[in-house]
Amino acid sequence: MLAFLVQRISQAFLVMFVISVIAFAIQDGLGDPLQEMVGMSVSQEEREAIREELGLNDPMVVQYLRFAGNALQGDLGNSYFYSKPTLEVIAEHLPGTLELVIGASLIIVFLSVPIGVYAAIRPQAWLSKFFMGVSTVGISIPVFLTAIVLIQLFSIGVTVSWFPSDTGWGQWLNDFFSTEGGLPSYGRGDDLIHLFGTWESGFFSSGGLMHLVLPSVSLASIMLPLFIRLIRAEMMEVLQSDYVRYARAKGLSAGRINFLHALKNTMLPVITVGGVQIGIMVAYTILTETVFQWPGVGLMFLEAITRSDIPLIVAYLMVVGLIFVVTNTLVDLIYGLVNPTVKLTGKKA
Amino acid sequence: MKKLIAAFVGSMALASAPLALAADATKELKMAYDADPVTLDIHEQLSGGILQLSHMTFDPLLRWTKDLGFEPRLAESWERIDDKTMRFKLREGVMFHSGNELTTADVKFTFDRLKQSQDFKAIFKPFSAINVVDDYTFELVTSEPYPLLLNTATYIFPLDSEFYSGQTESGKDKSEILKHGNSFASENLSGTGPYTVTERKQGVRVEFERFDDYWDTESPGNVDKIVLTPIKENNTRVSALLSGGVDFVAPVPPNDLERIRNDKNSNLVTMSGTRIILFHMNQERVEAFKNPKVRQAIAYAINQEGIAAKIMKGFATPAAQMSPAGYQGHNDSLAPRFDVAKAQELMKEAGYEDGFTITMMAPNNRYVNDDKIAQAVAAMLARINIKVDLKTLPKAQYWPEYDNRAADMMMIGWHADTEDSANFYEFLTFCPDADSGAGQYNAGNYCNAEIDALVDKANVETDLDKRAAMLQEVEQRLYDDAAFVPLHWQDLAWASKKNVNIEPVLNVMNFPYLGDLVVE
Repeated sequence: MLAFLVQRISQAFLVMFVISVIAFAIQDGLGDPLQEMVGMSVSQEEREAIREELGLNDPMVVQYLRFAGNALQGDLGNSYFYSKPTLEVIAEHLPGTLELVIGASLIIVFLSVPIGVYAAIRPQAWLSKFFMGVSTVGISIPVFLTAIVLIQLFSIGVTVSWFPSDTGWGQWLNDFFSTEGGLPSYGRGDDLIHLFGTWESGFFSSGGLMHLVLPSVSLASIMLPLFIRLIRAEMMEVLQSDYVRYARAKGLSAGRINFLHALKNTMLPVITVGGVQIGIMVAYTILTETVFQWPGVGLMFLEAITRSDIPLIVAYLMVVGLIFVVTNTLVDLIYGLVNPTVKLTGKKA
Repeated sequence: MKKLIAAFVGSMALASAPLALAADATKELKMAYDADPVTLDIHEQLSGGILQLSHMTFDPLLRWTKDLGFEPRLAESWERIDDKTMRFKLREGVMFHSGNELTTADVKFTFDRLKQSQDFKAIFKPFSAINVVDDYTFELVTSEPYPLLLNTATYIFPLDSEFYSGQTESGKDKSEILKHGNSFASENLSGTGPYTVTERKQGVRVEFERFDDYWDTESPGNVDKIVLTPIKENNTRVSALLSGGVDFVAPVPPNDLERIRNDKNSNLVTMSGTRIILFHMNQERVEAFKNPKVRQAIAYAINQEGIAAKIMKGFATPAAQMSPAGYQGHNDSLAPRFDVAKAQELMKEAGYEDGFTITMMAPNNRYVNDDKIAQAVAAMLARINIKVDLKTLPKAQYWPEYDNRAADMMMIGWHADTEDSANFYEFLTFCPDADSGAGQYNAGNYCNAEIDALVDKANVETDLDKRAAMLQEVEQRLYDDAAFVPLHWQDLAWASKKNVNIEPVLNVMNFPYLGDLVVE
């Protein structure tokens, strides 16, 4: 266990080092941060003076060493745009993203497990076919399109008049397909509850929850079909295995077989994939956050790129790298708990 | 299923309705812009967002009216003493947010600070001194006769000198202007304006509250609280308005104009803008561009009206010169000259019948539809056998390329900070000179000393009629010479809910005077 952790921590350092070097290497391609900091009519001399002050004229190696020296002391520099330490800026934006990911994960867990299991147990039922069909559609629609459609339907509202409204059934159908709108379409809302540190939560107020609905659903929409299909496929495989057949032959109840024996073994690969997907979800939040103007790290990162706020870009990439390393480590640990035969350090048993 | 969802959403909306009603009692305006102010220090950056903030929390000495005239604000009146001196009388009894009273000492403090500001010092370069006569009288002195003295004075928003003087607890000078990092002024603010900043989370929201002791008691403005949310994504900003999440949005993207116009709960206001979009033809890189006939051929080949109608969806005013209507240099006789046959003929006369290949660069997220415009221009040039190798870049990468003059034709949009024609020429067509900074954005390397001299002469001409005639002649000569390829002036658009009466407070400078905004 200890050896495993030490190994992972040294890996983490290596990952950070590589990310910081890459981020530094590409910064020239990201553009000139000064363009966002000064007005158009500022003269070249003034620009040169500011550039000198920021140390942008130094050779790349000097800049990197200065950065690395500070980074080792936990200082990843100041954001040009926010005029604050980058880690502070990220800490302020991270809760937004985490809440979005938590919201989406909850939706995914509570929908994908029952649906996936149902579809595996009764593959021929029309409801299973319906879910599979919908999930194929869901997986092929890009997240920003889902988001825009959701906003149109549930924020702005749609009035449908496809059917003759002078007949009872026509009116009923029109009403059936029309939506009211009214859900908030941007931001996290005004009534956030302060938890601790920089964490302000939207989970404990009705306003905050309402603001979470559409972004979480959009974000979940991309992963949900994947998980339904994964759980279904794994479960079907497990249901074919010998020990399940044996349990059936033994006369155990279907519920006990399905949920105690089969589901547990189904979840192993799902947890592995899930851990990686949570990391990927952080990346997907960039799109979702942009469409919903959600003040999380994804939107912050995208804006940092358009502003060429290089210190913030580098810090964000490093933090995300760290998150990936940490989630993967946790997944491996959980894996060990669920299946004790798995050896963490990969040595032969 | 859908109905269930609708019912669910409906009940959620009802649950939040009482909140909305309560907010109505004190008039609150929720507005969404594409960006929020980067700092609270109004001298740190010269940008639209900062000027917007200045007009909300400060007041200028005088300000532009809708028809580009001046109206007095903190300066009650002014008179010219001589060629180089203008005397201003300051309004009495004006209070800062801090409770201090406005005097000429504050104006002097502000003037001196503007001269220090990296972004503003260029605009204030013609000014040599400020003379304080008494507590409510002062004179602005220029080193040469300066016809744009009043234009520039609209940039003087007096700061509270007492508030911004002294040292912070950590021993930093409170008046310091810091581009990068935390200064006192970038986080604290005391002006004379209609609103105070009560809360600010950068990139998320800014809250303003009406200042109780605001001097302008005749202002019709009745908004008690303003919440500004930056929403960068065009679609989201428009959705926020249509869904009732916000009351006022700007800018409105051309693609959504119809959608808002057709919405029965929304109000759309559009205006022809003053930002010119144009292409430079680099004579240093391309030998052919030195030939006026080739430049004219290009001018004839470009269909400005087509671009404005098709690509901009009517959301632009086709241009044949840089000065928009209302500017002194605007020359009514100049019109777009689209004529492909004539263009081909000119190419033949110049000996380039077979054409040539050039490179072109344009940003893809700076101006409205900038990349599509560039593609259209490239296609139009193909008709006179000029083959264009086009590259479009995000603005952060575009401007360094622009500074390097990295392509044969480059796009730029320009708005004159002084709201005056001469500013266009000084930055875009003057002979480039690194020492004086003239022609800083002249990526065409077009150079005509006679025209430059004429502009310089106009810049010391205080008889405005004579000056206008000179500037109009400059436009004419640039047109005849086809010094650059003008495309259009980008229009401006704002949208609001029906009960927000935005029309009277909007102007072509694009800083709505929100202090005077009336919400019914």
